[in-house]
Amino acid sequence: MRPIAATLLCLSLLLTASVPVRAAVTPSLEEMWQLVQAQQKTIAELQTRLARAEGQVQETVSQVEATADAVEQVAATSTSVATAKNRTSVGGYGELHYNNLDDDRDGVGGDDSLSRADLHRFIIYLGHEFNDRLRFFSELEVEHALVAGDGSSAGEVEMEQAWLELDLNNNHHLRAGLDVLPVGIINVTHEPNTFYGVERNKVESEIIPTTWWEAGLALRGEIAPGWSYDAVLHSGLTAPTAGDDPYRPRSGRLKVSEADDQDAAFTGRVRYTGIPGLEVGASGQYQRDYTGTADDIDIDATLFEAHADWKHRSGFGLRALYARWDLGEDGAVDPGAVNANNLAGWYVEPAWRFRLPGDVLGEIGVFARYSEWDERNRLPAPDFRYEEFEQFMVGLNWWPHPDVAFKLDVQWENADRSVDQTLDGINLGFGYRF
Amino acid sequence: MRIHRWRAGLCCAALLTLGAVSLAGATGVYQTPEAFLAEVFNGAAPAPQALWLLPELRAQAEQILGHPLDRLRVRYWGNSDRNVWILDEIGRDQPITVGIVTSGGRIEQLRVLIFRESRGWEVRHPFFTDQFRDLSLNERQELEEPIDGISGATLSVAALTRLARLALMLHGAAARGQPVSR
Repeated sequence: MRPIAATLLCLSLLLTASVPVRAAVTPSLEEMWQLVQAQQKTIAELQTRLARAEGQVQETVSQVEATADAVEQVAATSTSVATAKNRTSVGGYGELHYNNLDDDRDGVGGDDSLSRADLHRFIIYLGHEFNDRLRFFSELEVEHALVAGDGSSAGEVEMEQAWLELDLNNNHHLRAGLDVLPVGIINVTHEPNTFYGVERNKVESEIIPTTWWEAGLALRGEIAPGWSYDAVLHSGLTAPTAGDDPYRPRSGRLKVSEADDQDAAFTGRVRYTGIPGLEVGASGQYQRDYTGTADDIDIDATLFEAHADWKHRSGFGLRALYARWDLGEDGAVDPGAVNANNLAGWYVEPAWRFRLPGDVLGEIGVFARYSEWDERNRLPAPDFRYEEFEQFMVGLNWWPHPDVAFKLDVQWENADRSVDQTLDGINLGFGYRF
Repeated sequence: MRIHRWRAGLCCAALLTLGAVSLAGATGVYQTPEAFLAEVFNGAAPAPQALWLLPELRAQAEQILGHPLDRLRVRYWGNSDRNVWILDEIGRDQPITVGIVTSGGRIEQLRVLIFRESRGWEVRHPFFTDQFRDLSLNERQELEEPIDGISGATLSVAALTRLARLALMLHGAAARGQPVSR
């Protein structure tokens, strides 16, 4: 068939078919009215359904809100219950050390080099809130990992804190019990992630005998924004006057272990933290009888300490501390005879802490510290006396988490006169708190 | 006798303490949330709204806080561009209640309202909280400037920093039209 003929045939078929269709979609007036009526009915039904649906939606919203309220109420209640249960809190810290130190004075008193690994400290905190104003806190420590029953090990189990604290009001608090004394930087805050160096610095170990705790009664609080105070009436040191380490503050700690009754000692501290990142503090202590009351010797003693701790947001940090004991004398018992009438020390420690790239590696801090302090020469009488030591240390801390620190440092020690031991070498370790 | 002096000292201190306790008031409430809202809105605090913590928003909030949230919504007061958030976060043992005003994606004001911890109370002072003023979040959802800490108040400082970040993140969510209810 030719294309034109085929087209004409198709058109004629379409026209023929369209006539009845057009007739079917053109209703009459009556049909139109019925159609409108039907549509009106449908619209009315839809409006009814819509209103009902809107009501249901509103009701559902209300039910969801009510459910959320109830769920949050239950969560809050369970949190309150948990909080009540969790009024007892647990925490702790610990540190593992490796020392590889060479005795530079092995010609005097033999070779006292150290090469050792030591789980130096493992501490558990246990606290309890009796209510919003009264709380208990304790710190139980195992030192040097092993405590042998026969006394052959270096380990010790110690209670370093066990106190009750009562809030007098927003600004003043009363604390009673066994507590670390508010002197220096590390004696109060000694978690290993908070300071540089594997071992605690020598000034705060020998002059301030960190960790130093006593039994007593303390009033502490705030006297103005940024200004805080501590006033502590407490048991004192009972320093030996003979033996290997007479007059040494560190050897005078009785650690509140069946400690002899003594004259009370008093420690006061004022601290300024009014500039974020900066702490400046000074403390003083008076002991009427530095050797304890069990003997007939009355030697009074005063301790003065001042420090600054600055951590700038740029990462730069600076710590500096000075501490000094002044010991009296009682007749023939004269600390000055072994150069112990004034025992002093100081250090300065610049540091820089920075973040490592990425979110995983944490932060690195590098530091240098120069220290001078008075310490016994460890020689037997009559050569025993206190001499001035110095130490230079450089090192770094790596914090993969703010509460965990891996540490490395190198130290060089020296003393002007004849002493038994000066140690040079490296220290490695890590510490944590939680 | 020395022993008597030692004991007499303790007795005096105990008596002084009892006197101080009898004069003491309630602890830790520096400003009620209601008073803070009234101050921010000049006495006409609007009705609170609640931002639903849908999964994505909840995940972001929990990432900032470092722990799960025990709520479905976070209430706030404002108009999405200037909002007040009253939030709690534990520093060491107990929750610290903080009021934070966010405006245009920045912190207008941060104030410690209730402090229940036994240490670290220095964070309530303006010399510390003023550091948060005008800060916003960077792309890592961290404050664009570091916050200088306070020695002895490290955990309280960290708690306030987390809440500042949370308030700014929630402010952004409210401004983007995340589902809210009244």
